[in-house]
Amino acid sequence: MSTKNIEEKQYLLRFKCDTKSHLTVLDHDVCMTQCPDKICTVFCPAEVYKWEGTRMQVGYEGCHECGSCRIGCPYQNIKWEYPKGGHGIVFRLA
Amino acid sequence: MPEKFDVIVVGAGPAGTSCAYTCAKNGLNVLLIERGEYPGAKNVMGGVLYRQQMEELIPDFWKEAPLERPVIEQRFWMMDKESVLSFGYKGLEWGVEPYNNFTVLRAQFDQWFAKKAVEAGALLITETVVTECIVEDGKVVGVRTDRPDGEVFADVVVLADGVNSLLSKQLGFHKEFRPDEVALTVMEVVNLPKDKINDRFNLEDNQGCTIEIFGDSTKGNLGTAFLYTNKESLNIGVGTTLSSMIKAKMKPYELLDYLKNHPMVKPFIAGGESAEYLAHLIPEGGYRSVPKVAGNGVIVVGDAAQLVNAIHREGSNMAMHSGLLAAETVIEAHRLGNFSQSMLNNYREALYNSFIIKDLEKYKDAAHTFEKYPQYFKEYVPMMNQAASKFFTVDGTPKRDKQKQIIKNMTSQRGTLRVLQDLYRAWKAVK
Repeated sequence: MSTKNIEEKQYLLRFKCDTKSHLTVLDHDVCMTQCPDKICTVFCPAEVYKWEGTRMQVGYEGCHECGSCRIGCPYQNIKWEYPKGGHGIVFRLA
Repeated sequence: MPEKFDVIVVGAGPAGTSCAYTCAKNGLNVLLIERGEYPGAKNVMGGVLYRQQMEELIPDFWKEAPLERPVIEQRFWMMDKESVLSFGYKGLEWGVEPYNNFTVLRAQFDQWFAKKAVEAGALLITETVVTECIVEDGKVVGVRTDRPDGEVFADVVVLADGVNSLLSKQLGFHKEFRPDEVALTVMEVVNLPKDKINDRFNLEDNQGCTIEIFGDSTKGNLGTAFLYTNKESLNIGVGTTLSSMIKAKMKPYELLDYLKNHPMVKPFIAGGESAEYLAHLIPEGGYRSVPKVAGNGVIVVGDAAQLVNAIHREGSNMAMHSGLLAAETVIEAHRLGNFSQSMLNNYREALYNSFIIKDLEKYKDAAHTFEKYPQYFKEYVPMMNQAASKFFTVDGTPKRDKQKQIIKNMTSQRGTLRVLQDLYRAWKAVK
């Protein structure tokens, strides 16, 4: 079957998860008070960011490590590092 | 492991591996550091590898490298909601040696290529992140990694750490990129039996086809989609500048599903099995976004130096060639025992005299023009489709009258003066 949604797409992938997040929202208040669009929850290709009313949930385990959130956050509010060596996403094909 | 190497290369993609391979082949002591489980584990590409720059490194590589299909046909689609205006070129000369380009799956290809560097004498360390360059007296003298006791030293460090290049940013070679300097691209590998691919794309076993799709593939936003044939799978993907994605509030995976379900695309992938989903940034800032590429004891190559020609979908070939040019400078620097910025600027000079920067310079205004004036993708693609439909529909109207109607339609939609302005502006951006 060809995938129909992001859950099915993410399910195709292999991750070697670290126990510690490589993505950090620096100040959740900035998301709440200054950022009505919360655009990272829209453009992130892996739906890593989910707004939970008062804070941003960061599902770093499914991150593709593309860097869009670091560049696209209008408030430079995301600290972005690489996962520990050998961890994170493992592309098997393309 | 010696404490100090002649050269440390950060990142085992096309740029880094080219550099490591060439340095090792010329007798230098090379350390190649890769953060993934294996080379290719973090790397993503739509899938076209050009022959020329790879062949400069490894003659006849197609006889042993894991390639998918030599591309013998390139199609370009201007796509509207229910139609496509297409043109393309198919030539059997591309199907025989020395070939023009190939589709590849990078996870396999990058592993093979890195193995060649190792066979040439480079030391490859995987699962290792370089966290920063070690700078002493204004000179890069090594790197710090996330391994215990993870400091390694070298005469010169080559940064091939990809589009995000945190390392060259740390050195102050560039500021954080703007959302209009990168394209966010997502793709899927869709498995499909070989016979189906051959039938649907009118190919034989060892022939490949690429389709670049403009217009409704990105819902009129600045970007493109692509559909490439592998041996027994298709790569289908779509990307726009991150700024367009943000402005249009699009979810990239929904755009991909929109493309997959588009009536012009769907029949090609029908019955296929999704095998992998991948997201990556492409550096598309072009000429004006190229950072400082050489400093004291350090050189920047490939995506890390923003070396991508988005108009011609060239990137990995530029990466490889920049890696080769960097290696040539490093080898000369090693011979002279001089790793200063003025010495390593020989690489910069070679880069700026090569097709790489010349091509980026040619298109230096293209991305900016098409981003600032969205009518090219949003309005002209549908207009051209309407024009083709009108012109080729036989309804008793004389052809000369049809031509007049088509021009009248265009100018009434956008105004004569604006159409002329648009044409001039587009010509200027790509001339």
